[in-house]
Amino acid sequence: MSAAEENAAILEVADMRVWYGTRGDPVRAVDGVSFSIGAGETLGLVGESGCGKSTLGRGTLGLLPPMASVSGSVRYDGRELVGMDPKELRDMRGPELGLIFQEPMTRLDPLQTIEKHFRETLRTHEPDLDDDEVRRRSLEALAGMGIPPTRFKQYPHEFSGGMRQRIMIALALVLNPKVLIADEPTTALDVIVEAQILGILADLRRNFDTAVLLITHNLGIVAEACDRVAVMYAGEIVEQGDAREVFAEPAHPYTRELLRATISLETTGLNYIDGAPPSLIDPPPACRFHPRCPNAMAVCAELAPEETTGGGGQRVRCWLNGPEERIPEGGREPLEREEIAAAEEA
Amino acid sequence: MSDADDNVDSGEDRSEGDVAIAPGEPLVELTDLETTYSVRGSFLDRLRDRDSGQVLAVNGVSLELRKGEVLGLVGESGSGKTTLGRTLLGLVPATSGSIKVGGEEITGRSEGQMRELRRRLQIVFQDPHASLNPALTIGALVSDPLRFHGIERDRERLRERATAALERVGLSPAEEFLDKYPADLSGGQKQRAVIARAIILEPEVLVADEPVSMLDMSVRAKILELMLELKEELGLTYLYITHDLATAKFFCDRIAIMYLGRIVEIGPAEEIYREPRHPYTQALLRAIPEPDPRRAVPRDLPRGEVPDAVSPPIGCSFHPRCPRAFEPCGWEPRDLRTALESRWTELSEEEFDAERAVLGDLGALDSSEREVVIPAGSGHEGGDVMAIFDSIREAAPDDPLWRGVESMEAAGDGVRVRFRASLEPRPLDIGGAVVRCHLHDPEAADGGSVNGE
Amino acid sequence: MRGLKNMKLPRWLAPIRDTVGVSRWMFWAGVVIVAVFVVMAIFAPLLAPYSFDQVSSGGVDFPKQHAPDSTNLWGTTVGRYDVLSRVVWGSRTAVEVVLLAVAFSLVVGVPLGLMSGYIGGKLDRILVLIMDALFAFPYLLLAIVIAFLLSDKLEGFFLSDLFGAGVVTAAIAITAVYVPQYFRVVRNHVISVREEPYVEAARALGAPRRTIIGRYVLQNVIQNVPALATLNAADAILTLAALGFLGYGIQPTEAAEWGYDLQRAIDDAGAGIWWTGLFPGLAIVMLVVGFTLLGEGLNDVINPLVRSRPTEAPDIPAAGGEVGGWAPEAPVGIDRGRDP
Ligand SMILES: Nc1ncnc2c1ncn2[C@@H]1O[C@H](COP(=O)(O)OP(=O)(O)O)[C@@H](O)[C@H]1O
Ligand SMILES: Nc1ncnc2c1ncn2[C@@H]1O[C@H](COP(=O)(O)OP(=O)(O)O)[C@@H](O)[C@H]1O
Ligand code: SF4
Ligand SMILES: [Mg+2]
Ligand SMILES: [Mg+2]
Repeated sequence: MSAAEENAAILEVADMRVWYGTRGDPVRAVDGVSFSIGAGETLGLVGESGCGKSTLGRGTLGLLPPMASVSGSVRYDGRELVGMDPKELRDMRGPELGLIFQEPMTRLDPLQTIEKHFRETLRTHEPDLDDDEVRRRSLEALAGMGIPPTRFKQYPHEFSGGMRQRIMIALALVLNPKVLIADEPTTALDVIVEAQILGILADLRRNFDTAVLLITHNLGIVAEACDRVAVMYAGEIVEQGDAREVFAEPAHPYTRELLRATISLETTGLNYIDGAPPSLIDPPPACRFHPRCPNAMAVCAELAPEETTGGGGQRVRCWLNGPEERIPEGGREPLEREEIAAAEEA
Repeated sequence: MSDADDNVDSGEDRSEGDVAIAPGEPLVELTDLETTYSVRGSFLDRLRDRDSGQVLAVNGVSLELRKGEVLGLVGESGSGKTTLGRTLLGLVPATSGSIKVGGEEITGRSEGQMRELRRRLQIVFQDPHASLNPALTIGALVSDPLRFHGIERDRERLRERATAALERVGLSPAEEFLDKYPADLSGGQKQRAVIARAIILEPEVLVADEPVSMLDMSVRAKILELMLELKEELGLTYLYITHDLATAKFFCDRIAIMYLGRIVEIGPAEEIYREPRHPYTQALLRAIPEPDPRRAVPRDLPRGEVPDAVSPPIGCSFHPRCPRAFEPCGWEPRDLRTALESRWTELSEEEFDAERAVLGDLGALDSSEREVVIPAGSGHEGGDVMAIFDSIREAAPDDPLWRGVESMEAAGDGVRVRFRASLEPRPLDIGGAVVRCHLHDPEAADGGSVNGE
Repeated sequence: MRGLKNMKLPRWLAPIRDTVGVSRWMFWAGVVIVAVFVVMAIFAPLLAPYSFDQVSSGGVDFPKQHAPDSTNLWGTTVGRYDVLSRVVWGSRTAVEVVLLAVAFSLVVGVPLGLMSGYIGGKLDRILVLIMDALFAFPYLLLAIVIAFLLSDKLEGFFLSDLFGAGVVTAAIAITAVYVPQYFRVVRNHVISVREEPYVEAARALGAPRRTIIGRYVLQNVIQNVPALATLNAADAILTLAALGFLGYGIQPTEAAEWGYDLQRAIDDAGAGIWWTGLFPGLAIVMLVVGFTLLGEGLNDVINPLVRSRPTEAPDIPAAGGEVGGWAPEAPVGIDRGRDP
């Protein structure tokens, strides 16, 4: 356990499940995940598309469609959010729990100036704020994102994509939330602007003690901006721990393969994981990664792996990491698998 | 093309009438290519009679695509990469300049003549989902090009050809995909189908416009590997468009870096990565996140974003963001506005209000004149304005902007600022790469140091 | 094959299967009502006791305005026609006119909308102007003018031999009313589809213009048309009846037409003769309702955003189910034969 984790965690999620109702069996988009984030800490949540990252992020804030059910516990600052009165939860969203989405343009009202956006946001939660105070706090938040006060009265379309994302972040931060959930905030942006935004997020945790859950599919971004990392596969967190440790010594084959598949300047050859994340209506039994895992053993298809501690102190769910005494006889034999066709990919 | 004969075994000749082009010889040559879009300004702009104007999306590009190579075209969005690709295929008309394919001039051709050419040049667009007609099956979509060109009409044969193309791009068993609709496929599968459709005509050149940008990290490598295989198998030549220098690194033989319509650096890939010479190339490289937290260091990134192409900066269009810009790079009043605004993000609200009142109308700062007068606000005089600029300068004396300011003095109720003459960087050949940057131009650099005392 | 586990329906029908709730109910109610009238129209000679212009049976003249009895189940009209037969035969007229009118409007409106939207420029501006003018014209007046202009001009027309000149005239009059609607819907949709990357992709592949318009644009635009056509059909029934009511429609000797019968029944109502007006009136209302339900149902099917959510939130079992749960306490031997 890292030091940050031992600090009072501001957000603690335990055995959380989010299932979506369908005409047939439910989609187990999040299926028993536990993690926590301390104040001033950034936790990166990575995994391929369709692994349940966005669902986890929204579920944490209670922002789910009506056909979703949640179980388990989400404790924020000692209060239980699962099952909380929707109105009470709505009031907490903003001043306590903030959210940033991937596509900033769709979240800004094209007919309203930036000033109006800020006024509305602030007044919703602090109705007594006078105009001067609104302006002061808005400008402060914008300045923190590098947007000059001269642009306060402009409309969203007058800003570039990167600026709009900064405005979104400023809008989330103007209420000083203690927890910020950022769902792929830079996926729609170019590399340089992405790096600028990541820089801003890094400053945030240094200067404001905000706890950030940063959702991404790019491990490069986690390495860049996160203290800890949680790797999600098929609705479960398969490995979590200190980012340095996990990257240096990934204990779960999925983490390792994701790292190998990430294309960076150091990449000398192309690597990828065969196959695609499974349907979460009927996920593979036992270890959900076993059909794609290069190291799969007989036990992996039979028993769900237990949580163990990896070499770098991270928490892992993979039989390769034991516990040895729980692996039945013959369980270490390599698993024979069917060939995975390229057509099965994501 | 005398050594064309030496390479008899270098692949079957597909288009009979054409002169065979040997690997490494130019297949496509662009010379001084320009493409403009006219944009309608906002209603207000039109009322104010501002030039709603033109976007010079491709601004005098000259480059050649050599047979069998992968040329990477890299830059942030808005650089004009897509426009260059579209112009090459005749999807938008070139405003001026020349495009030669296999020695033949193709600008100014009619749509009918371009149709013929498109058997040889193909393009894969960025968004695989949007580039497949949702109303057709994969089988129909993939075999459609054969129908378009009257190569095959028989239903059975079309189906066979589609099957073969799908198998070739790894969508196997193809029978499973032929009758599906694009909506039933995942992103990676769609991109494979798009590629199958592009190669079914056996083109010579494939323009791949950000083929993996919209895909998950874990799928990118698969698509890139497929593209490399196809290149070997079919003897393709690629123009690979991307904003990501990491994927370009092992995919490309040569790299062209594009910024606001211009190629600012072009050269062999090893050279570009070993020693990036243009500050923009350096910035793009620095911005790539490295999946290794031990090596993630705070980086010094260029400021701001790609400016609006309707009125690009003068001189070197990268100068407002360039950390190494100096005297001749094209300083103008707009840069002063940027400096002011960035200062204002650091002031408290009261300080800002006070300071804003010292300055009058800032309209002068929108111009590209060499000399402007920035008026003082009512009740203030030139000296007060001067004091603000002095304090900006004091806070960051090394800001490249100040090297571009030739003189600045209080003049009555305003401040007169004169900038140094701007010079547009010219293409310079150094170490095998061609770079457009004054830093590498002995003449400009000299001029700079002389002017800067 | 995620999500496509069920039977193989043609693609355009598949959404019908997935529709639920009110939309589903509306759709099927509409189908049933319209089907009843279509069956009546097709089998009118078998279903109707007499012909539409028959005033006697077995040499005995029908009485005038006679109340329903065993000879004339729904009574007779002032013209001594059998009301039941007029209503049954009237459905044939209605279905014929509506089919023709919808076919004509499609044939004229859709291609014009396509060209106008795809080619744009001057052609577009001129067509939009004409169509807007037509649209702004009071629709009944327009239909009357057309019907008036065309009366007796269509004798030699090939369709007239098939359906009768009166039916064709009425259909064309109604067509003029609905063409602008198809034109608008198609044109506006084409303008957005035209900018889709897949259209440019087809160009980049060397597709000739007509292929692009037909195969890439039209195919994506046409989906809205069935719902519009069905809703227009409902409207067309009313227009036809109005034309008949005002005396500009089909002559009573040529075919049975509800609007005409209704007009003839007006004076009866005061005299307590309810059967002459009630039945044709009811037929009009029923068929209009049938087409409207069908059209609204189709609309919901095609535009799934307004479709009601098919599912409810699932129950999560306390242990979270088998999969993903923790391993049993004691090590278990591997049983390779067992299906996990
Ligand atoms: N509203 C929904 N109804 C049903 N299934 C959903 C819904 N939203 C997401 N899913 C499913 O849940 C799974 C996880 O989705 P998501 O949380 O978006 O993953 P990620 O963000 O990792 O891509 C996917 O299989 C997706 O299809
Ligand atoms: N159809 C268009 N009409 C007007 N301007 C356009 C159009 N397409 C692109 N542009 C402008 O041209 C410039 C270059 O765009 P583009 O070629 O798409 O660049 P890139 O592919 O590098 O992102 C941008 O400033 C963009 O706004
Ligand atoms: S010319 Fe070179 S130094 Fe000057 S601004 Fe451009 S890139 Fe920077
Ligand atoms: Mg997501
Ligand atoms: Mg582009």
